[in-house]
Amino acid sequence: MEKVRRVISVIVANEAQVLARVSGLFAGRGYNIDSLTVAPIPDSNLSHMTIVTRGNKRVIEQITKQLHKLIPTFKVIEHEEMVEKEMVLIKFPIEERLADIQAMCSAYNGAIVNVGKSMIIAMAADEPGRIEHFIEASKRFKPLEIVRSGVVAMER
Amino acid sequence: MKMSGAQMVCEAIIAEGVDTVFGYPGGAIMNVYDEIYKQNSFRHILTRHEQAAVHAADGYARATGKVGVAMVTSGPGFTNAVTGLATAYADSIPLVVISGQVPLSLIGTDGFQEVDAVGISRACTKHNYLVKSIEELPRIMKEAFYIAASGRPGPVLVDIPKDITGEIGTFDYPESVDLPTYKPRSKGNDRQIKKAVEAIVASKKPVLYIGGGTVLSGAAMLVRELAKIARIPAVETLMARGVMGADNPLLLGMVGMHGNYASNMAMSEADLIISLGARFDDRVTGKLSEFARYADVIHVDVDPANIGKIVDVDYPIVGDVKRVVEKMLPILAEKVDPDRYQVWRDILARYNELHPLSYNDSEESIKPQWVIEKIGSMLGSRAIITSDVGQHQMWAAQFYPFDQPRQWINSGGLGTMGYGFPAAIGAKVGNPDKIVVNITGDGSILMNVQELVTAAENGIAVINVILNNHFLGMVRQWQTFFYDKRYSQTDLSYQPEWKKLAEACGGAGFDVTNKEEFEKALEEAIERDIVCFVNVAVDRFENVLPMVPAGGALYNMLLEHKDK
Repeated sequence: MEKVRRVISVIVANEAQVLARVSGLFAGRGYNIDSLTVAPIPDSNLSHMTIVTRGNKRVIEQITKQLHKLIPTFKVIEHEEMVEKEMVLIKFPIEERLADIQAMCSAYNGAIVNVGKSMIIAMAADEPGRIEHFIEASKRFKPLEIVRSGVVAMER
Repeated sequence: MKMSGAQMVCEAIIAEGVDTVFGYPGGAIMNVYDEIYKQNSFRHILTRHEQAAVHAADGYARATGKVGVAMVTSGPGFTNAVTGLATAYADSIPLVVISGQVPLSLIGTDGFQEVDAVGISRACTKHNYLVKSIEELPRIMKEAFYIAASGRPGPVLVDIPKDITGEIGTFDYPESVDLPTYKPRSKGNDRQIKKAVEAIVASKKPVLYIGGGTVLSGAAMLVRELAKIARIPAVETLMARGVMGADNPLLLGMVGMHGNYASNMAMSEADLIISLGARFDDRVTGKLSEFARYADVIHVDVDPANIGKIVDVDYPIVGDVKRVVEKMLPILAEKVDPDRYQVWRDILARYNELHPLSYNDSEESIKPQWVIEKIGSMLGSRAIITSDVGQHQMWAAQFYPFDQPRQWINSGGLGTMGYGFPAAIGAKVGNPDKIVVNITGDGSILMNVQELVTAAENGIAVINVILNNHFLGMVRQWQTFFYDKRYSQTDLSYQPEWKKLAEACGGAGFDVTNKEEFEKALEEAIERDIVCFVNVAVDRFENVLPMVPAGGALYNMLLEHKDK
């Protein structure tokens, strides 16, 4: 069976151990995690996890079912029609040209967010594919460090 | 009401109606043991190893249908209990295991007897808790019992730091549990049930594939009724022995690696498999691509994750077997024509005539299968049978005439050697009027042999029948078949003196070398009414047959008992 990429949102009780339960489930059953983000849902005692994974149809079905089986899991959403965003921070040496970096950032709805004595930090937030391209484009400015946030998603 | 955390633990146990706790004290759980000393609402049985405490609670749960409770201390006390948790988890057995933990202030400091209990047990419990404050203790205790017993049952660990059991708080035990994130579905979708019944009615070669979930949900009698009104042949998994009843004409036998010919052929040739609380374990299916190639599948399971996990399912029904079968019965009774399956039943009867479950009995040596049949004919439904893991387990499952659910207790999923004896202790405590026999091997019995002391001290008259072939028999069998008879580390010729060993601990021992002795020994063992070993010297090289070699197709069985 063909492997597919899937974005899954898991709404869980915001309590101790819950991240370990979810990541332990993936580790213990040999499922892939491409990225995982988690943060509390405002004005609730729940957290929202966004997991990007890949596997064949049976594996994806098992992942959603096993996630749902965890006692603190409230809801599992296997995204189909979604808005998907990821953020990246990139650090450049100060020797690179600010204006060129600024121009590149604009092309990706990004911005320079910090300029220090020895470095420049730029950011962009967009679809994961666009972020890939942004990182690719940034390579000509000799990036010192790249930090990606992982994907967050919302069903349309 | 104000009380200590330790008192709360005891009060919760009492409120849940638990009559027996199995356990072993130690530093971090001493506050609770102090309260156990002061009360007499429930009995505490001191096992001689924490693993045995959990297995005993597990055997108690399987034999009675109630939640089993075990108690251990932190660190090594807990790690010893892990095998017990994993065993119960694999077979979906409801347990609440309470472990002591180092005081909150010491957690994370590598304190004395500190181990990350919730971290270690996460993958082998249905759920677990580290109690962080006395305020949440009553709620957690209530939830633990509820989660253990509801939906697909399983073990729950409650890890309690020592300062919490020593602290005073308000005990307000909740009447009920409301977990917005945990709502097991048990009813079964009516439309799906109707469709499934229509599929049964339309099928020509249906087979009931009965699993341990049928026992857990208390659905055995309903399943017998279902089979009877439609006259559908049935196979049982290792975990479901006793559901149909041994003399039920519709029962083909056990299915899987050591299932009988007719059962495995029924699965291979069926056009409809009706799975009730079974999970298509690899020991049942054999090679998946060859498994049940002509069959549509109805899968009834309380755990949605079991459905579609291994095989594609045509009629998924998420629900408790009992409630689903209850709904199926009237619709099926109205629509089904049992004569429709007559040709199918005839074919399977013919298969059974061709290759019945059999063995070559002998006058010179004792065949292990003979021993099982003998116990069966002497005790029948008067006994609860537990077993360890290996050849003896398979022979017991094949040859004992189980005729009721919860009569057969074994570690099916995890395959834990050393399970049988402590489980028998638990089963006997739960059913003092039954004869409890642990059918074991000379390998397995030594993996919890210290429980002789527990049983002797508490007058728990468990009979251990050791099918002694001086081998780690099942591994030896695989070495014979698949490793060119290189018997690496399986020769157990060096043995203790079993009779003396039992006697040294306060039990009785019997050495048996011929058939007449066996009958006498078993009678005397029952008469003596104390824990005992019946050590039976059986044929060393007997194999468990039929056998589907691991990874092979279910219909390719090694069948013949050839002379060596």
